[in-house]
Amino acid sequence: MAMKFSTLLRHFREGVKNVGRNGWMTFASMSSIAVSLFILGVFMLLALNVNKLADQLDSQVQINVYLQLDIEKGKAEEIERTIKRIPEVKSVTYIPKAEGLQRFRDSMGEEGKEALDGYENENNPLPDAFEVEAFDPQNIAYVAKQISAINLNDPSAPIDKVKYGKDAIEKLFSITNAVRNIGFFIVIGLAIMAMFLISTTIKITILARRREISIMKLVGATNSFIRWPFFIEGAIIGFGGSFISSALLLYGYSQLVRTTSTTVGLYMLEFSSLDEVRTLVGGTIIILGTLLGVWGSTISVRRYLKV
Amino acid sequence: MIEMQDIWKTYADGTTALQGVNVVIDRNEFVYIVGPSGAGKSTFMKLIYREEVPTKGQISVNGFNIGKLKHRKIPYVRRNIGVIFQDYKLLPKLSAFDNVAFAMEVIETPRRLIRRRTMEVLELVGLKHKASSLPAQLSGGEQQRVAIARAIVNNPAVIVADEPTGNLDPETSWGIMNLLEEINFRGTTIVMATHNKEIVNTLRKRVIAIERGSIVRDQQRGEYGYEI
Repeated sequence: MAMKFSTLLRHFREGVKNVGRNGWMTFASMSSIAVSLFILGVFMLLALNVNKLADQLDSQVQINVYLQLDIEKGKAEEIERTIKRIPEVKSVTYIPKAEGLQRFRDSMGEEGKEALDGYENENNPLPDAFEVEAFDPQNIAYVAKQISAINLNDPSAPIDKVKYGKDAIEKLFSITNAVRNIGFFIVIGLAIMAMFLISTTIKITILARRREISIMKLVGATNSFIRWPFFIEGAIIGFGGSFISSALLLYGYSQLVRTTSTTVGLYMLEFSSLDEVRTLVGGTIIILGTLLGVWGSTISVRRYLKV
Repeated sequence: MIEMQDIWKTYADGTTALQGVNVVIDRNEFVYIVGPSGAGKSTFMKLIYREEVPTKGQISVNGFNIGKLKHRKIPYVRRNIGVIFQDYKLLPKLSAFDNVAFAMEVIETPRRLIRRRTMEVLELVGLKHKASSLPAQLSGGEQQRVAIARAIVNNPAVIVADEPTGNLDPETSWGIMNLLEEINFRGTTIVMATHNKEIVNTLRKRVIAIERGSIVRDQQRGEYGYEI
């Protein structure tokens, strides 16, 4: 049976009014949505930033290949070609010894400059080197091994050292991987917890209104007639609760970013941008909250609609 | 109007509330249902407004065979039956006006009509001046009047009243009875379960007595017939 438009309007009016009529229950449901989604949001922000951090660190990971001091130019080019042939390798940058010295000097600052005077050209103690990047930073150990293997096929053993901060990087990967995986499960777990919490609160509020529902039925209200205002009430509560929690989250996050970004920036790292967070976290939470509100009230009303 | 043929009702817990009830109540009748507590009066009433379904037998109300009714058709049958209870069953958060109007909203009456008709019946029950009061702000008698206004607002063919004066003092009870008689006079069938001996013996109507699930007496202008 099609619903009249005026009846739909009536349901909206009634749903909005119910939010006010059930003051404390509305407050309880809204708070439970706000609190659980706030916790969920904190973890989402955490997971998002750990992910971002891991990405940034990933891209800073490279292998340094140092050649023997007396290597010839042609030999160095041959090695470069060999490294490039490794399928996992993304890029190889040749750093001649002169440039290596220059970099070293730059990193020493003003005072160090003079200390390095006199080491140019023939006196340069640094070897020629390559900086190698892998497509997937997780493959870095494997690539390093492949590069080391060049010596095995070459009696002159042109490569002196292959360095990539082995332990540090492996540790970093195990940490970021763990955080990513655990974060994912925590977010899922929290989402389920939020669903339980919210549905329980809504169930309690509707339990209190079971009598009302039975009276409505006695007067001849159809199920959908009873359900609609609850549906709208649930949506309002869900939206309201999640709006509050996402507003708090975004405000808190923007403050955090503002006060600490300069410190974090020193390490060449940055937070997820506020814009990114606004749509990703704020949007998800509001949609999730509204759906949860609707879902909770619909499920709970259904239990009392029989008979 | 109401017709029961060999109605049996056994509840899930095994208690048999009605055994082989046959009755015909005509249009515009006013019938008292009397009998000791637990005799089956309430079940009898509940069958009429389809709160319960008979275990066996046929029951039709206003031409609908309501024993065989599909769930989603129930609301439409109930709209033809006004129900009044001992505990009023008003929606606690709605004003007197909104409680009555609710019964009209349910059948998708245009708002303007709802306003007019609701005020009309509130006037009939003498509560026009309390239209915006919440149930908690009304006395028992006033709440019952609101419930009656709600029961009659859609001009039902039948009113089922389960102990409508059960919670009210004698004077208020008489006020409610006058109202029900007035409604009956205007053409509505009324079936009223009651324990009120004075009312039954004074305002003489057809009396159906139920004991241990069976009709033991059915008398025009009958008496209450039990000692209290």
